[in-house]
Amino acid sequence: MKREIRKLVAKSVFSMIFVAFTFMAISSVWAEEILVYTALEDDEIPGYLNLLKNSHPDIDVKIVRDSTGIITAKLLAEKDNPQADVVWGTAATSLLVCDQNGMLEGYAPADLEKVRAEFRDSNPTPHWVGIKAWMTGFCVNSFEIKALGIPAPQSYDDLIKPIYKNQVVMPNPASSGTGFLTVSAILQMMGKDKGWAYLDKLHENIVQYTHSGSKPCKLAGSGESAIGISFGYRGIMQKQKGEPVETIFPKEGSGWDVESNALIKKGVIKKSSKIFLDWAISEPVMKEYAKVYPLTAYSTGVAVPEGYPAEPEKQLIKNDLQWAAANRTAILEEWSRRYESKSEPKK
Amino acid sequence: MIKTTIAAIDTEKWIRYTMILMVCIWLAVVVVLPLFQLLSKSVVDLEGNFVGIANFIHYFKTPSLFNSFGNSLFVSVMTTIFSVTLGFLYAYALTRTNLPYKNFFNAIAMMLLFSPTLLNGITLVYLFGRKGLVTLGFFGAIPGWNIELYGPVGIIISEVIFTFPQAVLILSVALRMTDARLYEAADSMGASGFQTFITVTLPGIKYGLLSSVLVCFILAFTDFGAPKVVGGNYNILATDIYKQVIGQQNFIMGAVVSVVLLIPTVIAFIMDRIVQRKQVSMIAAKSVPLQPKINRFKDRLFLIFCGFISLVIMGFFATALFASLVKVWPYNLNLSLDHYNFNRMGGGGYSAFFNSIKMSFYSAVVGTAISFTSAYLIEKSRGMPLMRQAAYFLSILPLALPGLVIGLAYIFFFNTTSWNILGFYLPNPLNSLYGTMAILVLSNVVHFYTVSFLTATTALKQLDREFETVSESMSVPFYKTFFKVTMPVCLPAILEIGIYYFVNSMATVSAVIFLYSADIPLAAVAVANMDDAGDIAPACAMSVLIVLTNVVVRVGYGLVTKGIRARTEKWLSK
Amino acid sequence: MSQKANLKNSGYLRVKNIDKSFGSFRALKNVSFQADRGELISVLGPSGCGKTTLLRVVAGLEKQDSGEVFVGDRDLSNYPISKRNVGIVFQSYALFPNLTARQNIAYGLKTRKLKKSEIDRKVDALLQLTGLKGLGRRYPAQLSGGQQQRVALSRAIAVSPDILLLDEPLSALDAKVRVMLRLEIRQLQQRLGVTTIMVTHDQEEALTMADRILVMDQGKLVQEGTPHEIYEHPATPFVASFIGSMNFIGNAVKQDQGVYKVGEHILHVSGENGSAQIKEQSGAILAIRPENVMILPNEEGRANVIKAQVEAIEYRGAMFRVGLKLPLGGDTKVLIESDMPSEKISRLNISENMVIPVHFPTDRLRVYQA
Repeated sequence: MKREIRKLVAKSVFSMIFVAFTFMAISSVWAEEILVYTALEDDEIPGYLNLLKNSHPDIDVKIVRDSTGIITAKLLAEKDNPQADVVWGTAATSLLVCDQNGMLEGYAPADLEKVRAEFRDSNPTPHWVGIKAWMTGFCVNSFEIKALGIPAPQSYDDLIKPIYKNQVVMPNPASSGTGFLTVSAILQMMGKDKGWAYLDKLHENIVQYTHSGSKPCKLAGSGESAIGISFGYRGIMQKQKGEPVETIFPKEGSGWDVESNALIKKGVIKKSSKIFLDWAISEPVMKEYAKVYPLTAYSTGVAVPEGYPAEPEKQLIKNDLQWAAANRTAILEEWSRRYESKSEPKK
Repeated sequence: MIKTTIAAIDTEKWIRYTMILMVCIWLAVVVVLPLFQLLSKSVVDLEGNFVGIANFIHYFKTPSLFNSFGNSLFVSVMTTIFSVTLGFLYAYALTRTNLPYKNFFNAIAMMLLFSPTLLNGITLVYLFGRKGLVTLGFFGAIPGWNIELYGPVGIIISEVIFTFPQAVLILSVALRMTDARLYEAADSMGASGFQTFITVTLPGIKYGLLSSVLVCFILAFTDFGAPKVVGGNYNILATDIYKQVIGQQNFIMGAVVSVVLLIPTVIAFIMDRIVQRKQVSMIAAKSVPLQPKINRFKDRLFLIFCGFISLVIMGFFATALFASLVKVWPYNLNLSLDHYNFNRMGGGGYSAFFNSIKMSFYSAVVGTAISFTSAYLIEKSRGMPLMRQAAYFLSILPLALPGLVIGLAYIFFFNTTSWNILGFYLPNPLNSLYGTMAILVLSNVVHFYTVSFLTATTALKQLDREFETVSESMSVPFYKTFFKVTMPVCLPAILEIGIYYFVNSMATVSAVIFLYSADIPLAAVAVANMDDAGDIAPACAMSVLIVLTNVVVRVGYGLVTKGIRARTEKWLSK
Repeated sequence: MSQKANLKNSGYLRVKNIDKSFGSFRALKNVSFQADRGELISVLGPSGCGKTTLLRVVAGLEKQDSGEVFVGDRDLSNYPISKRNVGIVFQSYALFPNLTARQNIAYGLKTRKLKKSEIDRKVDALLQLTGLKGLGRRYPAQLSGGQQQRVALSRAIAVSPDILLLDEPLSALDAKVRVMLRLEIRQLQQRLGVTTIMVTHDQEEALTMADRILVMDQGKLVQEGTPHEIYEHPATPFVASFIGSMNFIGNAVKQDQGVYKVGEHILHVSGENGSAQIKEQSGAILAIRPENVMILPNEEGRANVIKAQVEAIEYRGAMFRVGLKLPLGGDTKVLIESDMPSEKISRLNISENMVIPVHFPTDRLRVYQA
């Protein structure tokens, strides 16, 4: 025991003093490690990575997972000294912003030709390649609405009805990709003026803006709120877990975005990064995506998962990702100005 | 002559001098320079050009940010009022009444120190949220009660839970110190109980009272764990820093808000230091400890009060434990360990938990070694008054720094690859620490440094000032005496510091949330991340693990060191 | 002052022209003294007089601003304490609480590369010598104050120091133990022949233990001499009043060698007694110790007899202290005290307000410059 403590002391002292010298050496030895930023859901990542481990045991992947807005902000903050090697499964609008800042390196992964045109950058050597689309869905707690005696909202228009006052939770578009694509969809569908007027009314019904896009659905799942504006996958997974959540796709159509991959432009581009990007749109993993998401970069023959509309393409609104990317900063500033300055909690 | 010159070199003095110098340099590097870096970031724009106070003007012109300042003040003041009032009554019961089971009541209150503040918020959600136990009237057993948790109400309750044990600690010490003879005098003059309270009790503890007010204020003002969970849309400074830095990666605005956060904190800190100094001079006078008189009515009243508070605290922890075991709250109340399986959760799960234990252990070892040695050098060296004063001041300084500020300052300082000083590029040798376990340990060592340092200083002050002189006169090198006498005699204090470091490093989230890297996830950060993702039950489960670890470590410490403490007491009793 | 009787041992410790200031406060002003080998020198003075600073300078704990310290032929002026080979005993003893008496005593020996058996033998001898036999395994907290004092002393002399330094060594003990230990320490010191400097504010301690006494006041060495010299011939009114009690009669004017006018009385002073330094017709202060003030009922009219009124009679156990009001002509009166055996008080039937003749023996009066 005593010896161990002494050893540990020695160890920590050692690391304090010599880490400066050893770190550089270590980082060059572990060249095969790549740093991957992703906004994919926490509970989907392990399944995919198992596939990777089986087919590419030599690649050591270090995952940084966070909400879309945070991954975006992190990438932008590190612009001059990029840390990530690869971005995986992060909103195309965000990657477009990064691309506008010249942070992405073109790369054509294997199987690129299979990918639908609207799921990839139009450059011949694309700067980003999508893997799947995710879309707005309302998570509705069926117990709660029954107890409250209110119907489940079926559309955006329903959501702003006074009966839903204080029953809705929505993600903050600054930090959440789901939040942003929903706001962007509303502005695109309704136009700028009507869109903001709609959001003003919606604000009256919102109890809380959350940090992540999945939290509203989870709050709905535990009854902490009746309705959460979230995305399809989330509600369906929670229903599977036994939570009383129904996922409703608004009848006007869902906002959507493409979870995409990109190669970060930096001094040394590792070989493993490209292998990872090849793998990330390869058939085995694409099939895995398709088991929980109805729309993938290319058809895999996997049936539309339960809980989604039968024809998922029809649920998607006409969405201009370029417009969304170009206006992202302005939209977020306006949003923050309108809804974050309210200091008092709403009654 | 040469021989004389060589013999005259006081090697010891030079070793000590060098070591104190190293203490100063170490504190300058880990406290002053990062803080300076933070301050300098608050006056530049995104491109790094100096813009003076433009950022602050922008800050105060942005209503959403500026409102947070008022909100922070409001919740901190309310917290302080409740916390100090309850803490005073509790401490009074522990020290001035014939309350039975005092040790038990004290232990229950101190349990709260083991809990991450995030857990306070999470448990409140399970108690007072829309589907909370109380809100639902224990699932319909009794009428429900909705307190509108999200917002200031939730924040204030969480912060009261957080600061209550601190208030009890400080006020117990103050109440114990008051001289019994004053009460005898008041009695002999026929003063009523109330008169005595106003004229003797309150003046006697005024410094303790003031100190507890300031400490509670600082803690509530700078905490961000609980507001993050139950704050709803009620923004406060601490969550703003988090949102600016983590949510929007706007480090500059993060620095600006940090400075705004720092100002009231530093003022409260300075006031507390002045108060402390006065209090010390007050204890110096010899006083007779007070034996509480038996007063059945009063004793019973306080027993009811303490019993109630203890029930609330136990209920609080029981709720957390229960919620972490319930399958699907509130729809399926079957118990299972599902939420303790963190496999498909963010935050890192068990590897985060074990990392935290590792980190806390390293922090305890390194922090204790550094704080105790520094306190020894400063307290037990002769001469070099200026250096020692500087080192002392630097050692006290971290107390004024909230964890968030330390975390952000460390990002700025350690993530810089080089500094441009008058055209020369000075590479940052500490840059390689960024993203390692070492920086996490370092941030904890600094974050909890001052309390440890002061504990060590107090323990060292109890030792005879001349131990060092005597051994020097016998030509025994000072480090031998340090290891053979000073350390063994101070062992209880040293272990106490180690536990303090461990427990706090386990529970803290504020500094490390900015500093952890993806391959070193941490338990408390995992709690924050899981809460962010809405996985509140696993977040609760992880918090329960943290509390349990701390309880086990603390109780284990108590058992293991029983012998050591008894032995030391025997040595020091006269 | 002391002359070189024995060249080899005289001036073993030589302290020369020490100056030491703390900020603007001058703690030591040009202090010099010497100690012969085996001598016990007591530094005596009120608190704040600089005596402890002087000890710390000799020990090497404070660095003097100027001046030198020699032991034998070694110039130690710039040496740290660890290289001066001194033993030191503090008022608090500073015994290591986690070490037994034995371990405390052996503490300094362990670094001297002695064999274990040799250390044991030495410690045993010291325990024996200081009357601590059988207590070696006890921790300091288990020992009485006097025993702790002896452990501290044993620890200090275990390393065979050239100089033994005692800083108020007895002040933490109660009166009875103190008296006993005075004797013990003195005997031990003489047996070991170790040159010793003892700082104290207790004049009795200094008078009973020391070979020579240094009296200090406000950073200056005011007098140096044997206990007898200091007591009998205090060099200044300060020394006179600090050691023992002293009555002062001011406003005296020198008429002639040994003749002083005090008010309307003439007092004669025999022998040197400080009179020589005073110029004729200049002011002087006469001084006399209470035990030398005689009450002589039948010797009225004799030289050096003045009538005084009894103000107060204070019982002091073995004797009485009688307060006397001495009229010097006009309204001028001086209060003086006289110590008298109880037997004499009752024999003479002295009571308050009585007027009695008081005799000032010529060889007991001392004269100081006014």
